[in-house]
Amino acid sequence: MGQITIDVRGETCPIPLIEFRKAVRQAQPGDVLVITGTHPASQKEIPMAAEALETKVVSVEGSPDNWTIRVQR
Amino acid sequence: MADHTTIVVSSGDMDKLYSALIIANGSLSMGMAVSLYFTFWGLERLTKKGLAKGPLSRMNLLGLGKAFMKWRMKKANVASLERLMADYRDLGGKVIACEMTMEIMGLRREDMREDWIDEYGAVGTYVRDARQSCITLYV
Repeated sequence: MGQITIDVRGETCPIPLIEFRKAVRQAQPGDVLVITGTHPASQKEIPMAAEALETKVVSVEGSPDNWTIRVQR
Repeated sequence: MADHTTIVVSSGDMDKLYSALIIANGSLSMGMAVSLYFTFWGLERLTKKGLAKGPLSRMNLLGLGKAFMKWRMKKANVASLERLMADYRDLGGKVIACEMTMEIMGLRREDMREDWIDEYGAVGTYVRDARQSCITLYV
């Protein structure tokens, strides 16, 4: 099982969601995606997208303007 | 209703194009299929003139308002319409161009960004996708 890191710090709507989607597409089942960003709404919305894409949110850490989210495909 | 978003892009205004492409990319990002149906002034944005060539829908002020908006957007690091269209296409978003508008506006296929267009069609093509969509919007 691999790990894919996505850095969307400084990016705003809708780029964090788009980059998350691209990474899910690239990931193999079991892979963990580690996404870091600074866009406040995305801290809430990447977990929403993860649910919609039937992936598992492992953790959400940090503050709304500096967060790290781990998602397992 | 299937997980499909269909948006009619009738306006060529820059801000309306942003709304359409952001919602479209958001839908794709959350696992939905998307169709964008470009007609009238929206279709003009699919020509080789460029996606961002339209005015602001309000407060354009002969282009001054738009210039100010572009400056603010750059400061906020908002993605360009070209980038949003490239991502939209990359994630499998579909683009339909209205044939009747092409005829009215005297547009030929060679005038269009054909690399962005999947299908040329009329209202039936729109309804085919819209009737399968749980989100339908008109900008």
